[in-house]
Amino acid sequence: MTETTTVSPAQPLVVEEGEEQRGFIGQNIPRKEDKRLVQGQGVFVDDVKRHEMGYVHFVRSPYAHARIKHVDVAKALELDGVYGTLTGDEVAILTDPFFELSTPPGAHIKDYALAVGTARHVGDPIAAVVASTRELARDAAELVEVEYEPLPLVLDGEEALKYDVVLHEDAGSNTVWSGTFDWGDFDAALAEADHVVKIERLHFDRFSSTPLECSGCLVEYNRGTGQWTIYGNHQMPGVGAIWMAPALRVGLDKLRFVSQDIGGGFGNKITLHPQFTACCLLARKLNRPVQWTEWRTDQHTANTHGNERTFLDVTVPVKADGTMLGFSVRAIDDCGAFPRYEPLGCIIWAQVTPGCYRWRNVRVDFTQVCTNKSPVAPNRGYSRMQHLWLTERIVDIVAQELGLDPVAVRKKNYVKHEEFPYETPNGCVYDSGDYARCLDIALGLIGYDKIEERRVDAEARGKLLGVGIGSTLDSGTNNFGQSMILNPELQFSGNNEVATVKLDIFGEIVVTLGTVPQGQGHETTTAQVVADILGCTPDDVNVRAGHDSYWNSHAGFSGTYASQFAVTGLGAVKGAADKLADEMKRLAAAVFGCPPDAIELAESQARIKGNPEAALPFMALGAILNANNAGLPEDLDVTLNVRHVYRPPFEKPDLERKYGNLTLTYATQVHACVLEVDPETGVYEIVDYAAVDDCGKRIHPQIVEGQVHGATAQALGAATHEIFTYDEQGNLLTPNFYDYHVPHALDMPPMQTGFIESESPFTPLGAKGMGEGGGAGIHAVCAGLQDALGRRGEGPIVWRSCNPYHRVWELLQKPGDTRRLVSVESR
Amino acid sequence: MEAGTAQTVRSQTVAVEVNGVQYEREVDARRLLIHFIRDDLGLTGSHIGCDTGNCGACSIIVDGTLLKSCMMLAVQADGAGIETVEGLADGDELTPLQQAFSEHHALQCGYCTPGMLMSATALLRQSKSPSDDEIRRAIQGNLCRCTGYVNIVEAIKAAAK
Repeated sequence: MTETTTVSPAQPLVVEEGEEQRGFIGQNIPRKEDKRLVQGQGVFVDDVKRHEMGYVHFVRSPYAHARIKHVDVAKALELDGVYGTLTGDEVAILTDPFFELSTPPGAHIKDYALAVGTARHVGDPIAAVVASTRELARDAAELVEVEYEPLPLVLDGEEALKYDVVLHEDAGSNTVWSGTFDWGDFDAALAEADHVVKIERLHFDRFSSTPLECSGCLVEYNRGTGQWTIYGNHQMPGVGAIWMAPALRVGLDKLRFVSQDIGGGFGNKITLHPQFTACCLLARKLNRPVQWTEWRTDQHTANTHGNERTFLDVTVPVKADGTMLGFSVRAIDDCGAFPRYEPLGCIIWAQVTPGCYRWRNVRVDFTQVCTNKSPVAPNRGYSRMQHLWLTERIVDIVAQELGLDPVAVRKKNYVKHEEFPYETPNGCVYDSGDYARCLDIALGLIGYDKIEERRVDAEARGKLLGVGIGSTLDSGTNNFGQSMILNPELQFSGNNEVATVKLDIFGEIVVTLGTVPQGQGHETTTAQVVADILGCTPDDVNVRAGHDSYWNSHAGFSGTYASQFAVTGLGAVKGAADKLADEMKRLAAAVFGCPPDAIELAESQARIKGNPEAALPFMALGAILNANNAGLPEDLDVTLNVRHVYRPPFEKPDLERKYGNLTLTYATQVHACVLEVDPETGVYEIVDYAAVDDCGKRIHPQIVEGQVHGATAQALGAATHEIFTYDEQGNLLTPNFYDYHVPHALDMPPMQTGFIESESPFTPLGAKGMGEGGGAGIHAVCAGLQDALGRRGEGPIVWRSCNPYHRVWELLQKPGDTRRLVSVESR
Repeated sequence: MEAGTAQTVRSQTVAVEVNGVQYEREVDARRLLIHFIRDDLGLTGSHIGCDTGNCGACSIIVDGTLLKSCMMLAVQADGAGIETVEGLADGDELTPLQQAFSEHHALQCGYCTPGMLMSATALLRQSKSPSDDEIRRAIQGNLCRCTGYVNIVEAIKAAAK
């Protein structure tokens, strides 16, 4: 990493007199999670076993759209070792449909734990079977007889809008949600423009970050209390419970969610409520613990994908000097068979409406539709990534058409460093940043100043060299009030997260979190923050691994999603630790008979400032309050066990104008790549790659860089190979890791990283969420291809987000086919 | 196997030594080695990520040979000596490779890590100082969705020193 300093991992907190104490925040301390994980001692969901538990296997639809005429489980039940079954008919009686977030028509969609009456995508679960082994459950599922009446299907978002085929009869429409967003004065911008660039069509392809650990749960039902305990890998259990409890017709407290280690989530484990609900019904019906682990093929065909989006009639008014005044677009978002977390994606993109640019006039006509494909979920970069791909495609296509330099035109249109905090046309407040500087660092890392020589060299070798830039924002810490812009009836706004901290009898500091980590190192960064506040070392801080809703350390929005832990999670941790520090000082003051402000916490002691001899080790404080408290003042209100709810400062948006601050922080990513294309075959190789990130104060730089690496790898996979493709019957053609190629070690280009730190003025630690990234790698590769393919005269338009070699070859063969997509009107 | 004939599947006694411990179990002939290790022996350090031999999360060493344990039946391992991630550390003493993974932040969620460590262990037994390219080839059968492999390569290189 550039601009980084090396630090020794374990930083002893011995403070010499007169020396300033150096904190753990900002240090690369060893991760607390690692010791168990490198020894195979993590506990992932499939590792949890219970006596006499049964294994669940779902019977899935082979049709993309079919009426379910009859389901017969008799033969399955005859098999020795089969414990029971569940069908859609039972689900329809035992549960209510999950609530829908949309206004009509989406509001009328009925979504259950199993398909009721109709199968709407290949893989839609029709029934479930429970047996004594995984293998037997699979065998028994083969014996479930389902009579289907195949129906016409629709696989394309635009086709779905013709309503020749309607997926959800109750909704009477394939449209989930539609609306127009109009900020600034787009018509005036058009009138003012010297050039108007029009792009007929762009398409963001369907992919998923496919966590290596598939989804799963082990569910126990307590007949006496009516409570379910769900050991699972749901990454947003607070919201999962809000979906599940009403459907199961119970109170929230009847659902206890527990997880320890989770093998990646990337948003794809946010909508597990249908499968978990089926398992709850089975555990209750069969009076036995049931365990479900998704097969890889099931995850690809029937869990979740990222949103697929088509952009039509993109119109960009541009001034003669290259200043872009905004854009208008018609967006069609394809959410697959069920909305589930949708239609939130219809507003989430608006967090980054103008991308990194000073565009003041934006008009977006947004429609979301259902098709007979797998449902979607908020895959890493959710909704903003698709939109930012659009903004970056706009910049590069406009630059190409008007003969502008992609670097210069970016710098001309970027929000300037001195303009922060910067309010976008729809009221979002970009907190801090320096995009131009990030771009300069990225260009430096790829050796941009020598690029013309490298082009010549590549040409001599018969290759086309291209340079691409992707500049994005990772907006983090949602204001859930944005959901009300979609549906004013929804009672969601703001955000929250919880932490508890206690000092126990033997001086142990124990922290619980409301979050549900999947590799982000929450135990580690939490310990850093607590250690700095309490004056001890991270080793002294025991952060409980994972999540348990019985810890009383969660709130409505608890979970690990949407780039927010460094703000909400650590905000809660800081608040709780501050409260505990205050209590510890007051307790020590009571013992010493001095005022609390005479006490300092350092070296794992509470001691009188300037008198290190007068010191109470943490162990003494814990023991005094918890076990030896006779004689303490009656009015000493100290528990040494505190809970803090962090609540970011948000207002409800102006629903009429669709206006307001939708997220608290905006981390920057500027990526740059150099690639070489073989014009004979379309095969290309990324030969240089740089990722520059600005997430404000970095609590643990190594963890931040790890997130940058991971987000980049996922973006490069999505740019080059990862695509969910269907045949005409709606069968997924990429249902496993043979056909769905994710990057392996040899696929990754040499990667350099850089950073700057523009601290957020709005967050407790100056940090910003940054885990998702903005899909900058996809944008950079598309731009690089566009540049390379245009080296020999007029090149094609890179109009899709995923460009495997065969697509590049097609672009090269018939550049005119895509050239037609773009036109320029100059005045 | 034809559906519905589970009762006719014959089971067989499988005896293996895993990480120096002897085990003997009656096993369905069709049981995969990974399910035998995880579900029958309770050694859950080795993971399953794909069911098709692509991801390598279940990589183990059988009689000195690195393999993916979802690609082998348990009965085929009868009499074998098996090494899994649980056998790497000596008590609490991590191997230099495990230590390097932590120091270089070569793991995030940790799900691919056991398989990755076994592949790297096999590599380092064959090659004392592998090149970057050799390292990448050695772990190309292990998918990681969190790290982009950058720090994994760094960690293996550091452990080789």
